[in-house]
Amino acid sequence: MKDSGGYQPYSYFQLMEVSLRELLVEKGIVTEAQVAAAVEDMRNRSPERGARVVARAWTDGDFRRKLLEDGTAACEQLGLDVPALRLVVVENTPAVHNMIVCTLCSCYPRMLLGLPPDWYKSRNYRSRAVREPRAVLSEFGLFLDEKTTIRVHDSTADMRYLVLPMRPGGTEGWSEERLASIVTRDCMIGVAVPKIH
Amino acid sequence: MNASAIEPRFRSGDRVRVRRVYPLGHMRTPFYIRGHGGVIERLCGSFGNPEELAQQRSGEPKQPLYRVRFLQKDVWPGYRGNAADTLDVEIFQHWLE
Repeated sequence: MKDSGGYQPYSYFQLMEVSLRELLVEKGIVTEAQVAAAVEDMRNRSPERGARVVARAWTDGDFRRKLLEDGTAACEQLGLDVPALRLVVVENTPAVHNMIVCTLCSCYPRMLLGLPPDWYKSRNYRSRAVREPRAVLSEFGLFLDEKTTIRVHDSTADMRYLVLPMRPGGTEGWSEERLASIVTRDCMIGVAVPKIH
Repeated sequence: MNASAIEPRFRSGDRVRVRRVYPLGHMRTPFYIRGHGGVIERLCGSFGNPEELAQQRSGEPKQPLYRVRFLQKDVWPGYRGNAADTLDVEIFQHWLE
């Protein structure tokens, strides 16, 4: 988009946001500083958090078991707070591939992955991921063996989902930090698998 | 458990069917899954009823929430892909029979 630096009128939603925020501040319900802190907090959350969780699970069997049993408690152990919503971690194996969608809106594990990508919120992904997951995955460049079972998870209510991908071969002896570097956002949504660069 | 919560009626492995009803309002039960049969994968806990919360009410009594596993081939006629492929959807108890 061209940005001339000149005056740009607010869009409908921008105007609504500004009006609502100013009203809340005027009425003393929130302060400008609280709003700024909440936005800052949202921006600070990135897929690196999720990648840390995955790398720990790859290197620590006890942590992995705990993560699959109770995702929320395991993340708290790593010092990551996963507020209110419960985290369900689903594990990829040679026989089973998991992928996440929210057909109703855009529910997403923001506490571990940050803000969702635009395609995750698109009508195209939301309607097709549940119906023709293999076709959707192939458009992401992921071609699964026909014998692989696909489990699609529709995030319709109070749970949030994270895919625990398989650790690729050739990463033996890697540090957690190095392992985390190959775990991308898309791997944790289940539309990609980790690759060694 | 909270006194105002409703007791869970189903257990993992139970066969259930999603009610085929179309009430108005904010629902967290997707249209595509209504009327379909699946198996309880797990009980997730009890949560405020979203249909009540959307009306600015308390959401009480809390409703048990389940993850229900459906076979893709049962949900989509002519589904192409592995016959074992599944779809897991979170469904509140009052939508299950």
